[in-house]
Amino acid sequence: MTARIAPIPAEVKGQSDWPQTDVVREIRPAPDRYRNALGKYKIDRLACCASCGHCVEVCQYGVHVKPEGYAFTLRPLEHLCIGPECAETAESCVAQCPQKALNMRRNPSADCMGDPRWSSDLILATWHQAATGHAAPPHLESRTGASGGGFDSLRFKFEAQGFEEPAPVPAAEIDTGLDLNHRGDGRPQIHIDLPVYGGGMSFGSVSIHTILAKARAAVAWNSFTCTGEGGYHDRLRPYDDHVITQVATGLFGVREETIQRVRIVEFKYAQGAKPGLGGHLLGDKNTPPVARMREAVAGNALFSPFPFHSVYSVEDHKKHVDWIKEVNSTCLVSVKVSTPTDVDMVAVGSYYAGAHIIHLDGSYGGTGAAPDIAKKNIAMPIEYAIPKVHKFLAAEGIRDQVTFIASGGIRTAYDALKAIALGADGVVIGTPELVALGCVRCSCCESGRGCPRGIATTDPELMMQMSLEWATQRLVNLLNAWREQMVAVLSRLGMKSIRELRGRSDVLCYVSDEPAQTEGVAQ
Amino acid sequence: MPDRYHIHTAPIAPRFRRVGKFGNVDWREDCSRCSNCVKLRCLYDVYRHEAAYNRDPLTAVETLDECKACLSCVQGCTKGLLSVSVNPGYLEMGDEYWKPDILLSTWNQSDAGRIPVSGAGYRGRFHGPGFDSIWTDMSEIVRPTRDGIHGREYISTSVDIGPKPMRLKFAADGQMLTPPSHLIEIQLPAILDLPGWAVESQYLAAARAAAAQALHTLAVMPARDAIGLPAEQLAFVVPLVASQDEIEPCQAVLKAARLAQVNDGADAAELAGRILAVNPGLIVSVRMTLGPASAERILELNRAGLKVFHLCADLHGRERLANGRPGRHIKDALREVHGRLVKERLRDEVTLIVGGGIALAEHMAKAIICGADLVALDTPLLVALGCRVCRDGRPCDSGDRCPAEIGAADSAYATQRMVNLMGAWHSQLIEVLGAMGIREVRRLRGEVGRAIFMEDIEKEAFGDIARVSRQQVRV
Repeated sequence: MTARIAPIPAEVKGQSDWPQTDVVREIRPAPDRYRNALGKYKIDRLACCASCGHCVEVCQYGVHVKPEGYAFTLRPLEHLCIGPECAETAESCVAQCPQKALNMRRNPSADCMGDPRWSSDLILATWHQAATGHAAPPHLESRTGASGGGFDSLRFKFEAQGFEEPAPVPAAEIDTGLDLNHRGDGRPQIHIDLPVYGGGMSFGSVSIHTILAKARAAVAWNSFTCTGEGGYHDRLRPYDDHVITQVATGLFGVREETIQRVRIVEFKYAQGAKPGLGGHLLGDKNTPPVARMREAVAGNALFSPFPFHSVYSVEDHKKHVDWIKEVNSTCLVSVKVSTPTDVDMVAVGSYYAGAHIIHLDGSYGGTGAAPDIAKKNIAMPIEYAIPKVHKFLAAEGIRDQVTFIASGGIRTAYDALKAIALGADGVVIGTPELVALGCVRCSCCESGRGCPRGIATTDPELMMQMSLEWATQRLVNLLNAWREQMVAVLSRLGMKSIRELRGRSDVLCYVSDEPAQTEGVAQ
Repeated sequence: MPDRYHIHTAPIAPRFRRVGKFGNVDWREDCSRCSNCVKLRCLYDVYRHEAAYNRDPLTAVETLDECKACLSCVQGCTKGLLSVSVNPGYLEMGDEYWKPDILLSTWNQSDAGRIPVSGAGYRGRFHGPGFDSIWTDMSEIVRPTRDGIHGREYISTSVDIGPKPMRLKFAADGQMLTPPSHLIEIQLPAILDLPGWAVESQYLAAARAAAAQALHTLAVMPARDAIGLPAEQLAFVVPLVASQDEIEPCQAVLKAARLAQVNDGADAAELAGRILAVNPGLIVSVRMTLGPASAERILELNRAGLKVFHLCADLHGRERLANGRPGRHIKDALREVHGRLVKERLRDEVTLIVGGGIALAEHMAKAIICGADLVALDTPLLVALGCRVCRDGRPCDSGDRCPAEIGAADSAYATQRMVNLMGAWHSQLIEVLGAMGIREVRRLRGEVGRAIFMEDIEKEAFGDIARVSRQQVRV
């Protein structure tokens, strides 16, 4: 199963004075870290089972196991079961069991996960991709959620009937890489191998293992991760060349050195999930190590102000960008803003202020803690903002001079592709990475000891539930699965490069009769 | 300088049994009693709480459904026996408008007045009917009101009720002919309205009055219910006068009140006149059903000298049509009324209160964006006391029907729960105003330019994309 995908380019050198660590881009199995992997279906084995082992013979999917010399069949590996689709075939363990001791049903625990936006299937499919490095099996809906709008209403035309398909391009010829500097201002070009990089998650909102795993996966895939606004942890130094220093309104832990050692610096004006409100770390999660890095008092809730006190106009903004460019003469500058009605004007303003990357964060994006009212109601979802900004930048004649990155609600490889087809150059992801690490979206990240699954927590005991090696592998695998799906889609679209897809909304279609409500688990 | 407006929230434990979302209902045989789930896996001590709750051996074992479905116990169980499932009782609560998660969130807000904060991104549907098809705008750079959490005390949430003359008239000798205007200023753009259906409780009206006093807002109640209230609360009561016969016994109430209400009808203007005869300083509002003819009727009553209108939508925020069927949502109906009044150059002369279907703090902001000056709250006040908006169709006022025993909730308890809920809503309104960079809620009225409407933005973003039906999508 081990397969090295491609060599990492040698010329990714930044300003760092620290020896940089290499991480191999290798796909290795990284099964669920819990004792019982969760599946969509549950198999009950009744007491009348005679352990004849017939189920082991019939099942094609490895659900039933009876090791050599064992008297009893092991507990079924339910997460491998594909459900009713199999039940109709001759390979069905339920039908074939001579004792009628087996039955299969939907797993109620799996139905507790997720919500319309991140359905249970999407979570399970992301887990599968993180575990194996390849696309999820068809019994899991891995492309869209059940939110009834936005990406979930968009499909590629080849997913619907009645559209012609071009001749496919061989997978080996397809390039998913992206250049980030289009200004032609003499600053270095930065190339990433996937049109995806990792979003900012601060130390404090997530554990150091999560941060490091993101960084290591970014190294493996020649991409980037971002510090978030909690400061630059020393343990990130070996990955400096793949880290974006975020300068947010709180300026927690921002120093000249942390701006100088990286290749990209990002201004965070706003976060999609809580636009106009500033960051918020609840007191419980402000542990002594977090407080030390943020130069704050442990146990106090930490708020970032909003906005930057020094920025009340595009001219002020330019001054900001100039400041960073002065401090680091070779870095690219990214500007992260959320999505108000006049987002198109904001994007153009950012370009003229000197930004290389305009990063829009849509309102349905992730957060470690935000008021529920802000998540749902303030600013527009990214799906609306992308075409608006793309068209406006094109009309302004500057579309090809700026890299436009979208984030806030990118859940799947298909979401990323749709975002690019709508007009973005690439995407930033956050929640899919956390889901790959085992997040069930119980939304309890914000208080107490933090994440019960040990991802978004700084509790020393909870964070040890997850090893760095395992977490790195899960993320490397997820990105590989995404890349495979991207290549497959581009192939069907007859495109040789991800860059050809940008703004090609003509390859999409819109499902106009999505049901207004989904049954089952309410949000 | 006057005191800053502050809502005094205080934690108060609910006296009803919460219906939780998740619970462990499936514990298969063969447990080895390793107790990992209890002692090691459950971060929230749910198993221990339930054990403590079920300590009485004589009562039936009940689950508390405090589980947050992190699935740590399910995935960590030594023998893989545990399952968690969605509580069917939770899904049973409420109706298609009053969704279970709205009820739970309202209960939580009423506990201590804290605004709901959670981790992870938005979890719901992309958009929905009614208020769920509006997004409020935010201001990316220029923001005079917002400074992190600081600066929010400079955002005003007060609104005015009453006639506002657009110009002053003078006689030839310079004497002012326009009668002096007396506006009622309340500190919250929400008044506490009657429940939308009959609820038997001797405390509710008193609790609303006390809450209105604490919140510096107003509480609507039948005029007779106000008779026994303490004198200092009468200024915060809006007596609803159903007929002329009520004027006489309620004289004291009408004299102390600032705003009264009459039901719309042929004799509304006449009844209002008689009430004003008792207390000329009073403002009389007309309570009317929101419908397609509302704008026309408001213009008519305006000509008769009435300036304050309380438009009642149905419990799901829709018009009530003459045939009894629901019509358009507040969002559309109210924008029409507001637009018509703007066109007639009357908008600033009249006050629009809209009620019915305001279920969340965001609805308050969105109704104001659609043209209301302020909103009236009915069902949320009951939900604060544990109401589950039962959909079994049986009336709430028959004996011990209510599972939350709202009739037994005493006045002090009910008051504090209402105050807490309003405290949480007030904070959320300020979040929205702050993000928008709007300094006072008066300026939010009719500000559709600072809102994003689904119909418009869908067309702008996806209008040029080919349409397909669900049937055409390959599975």
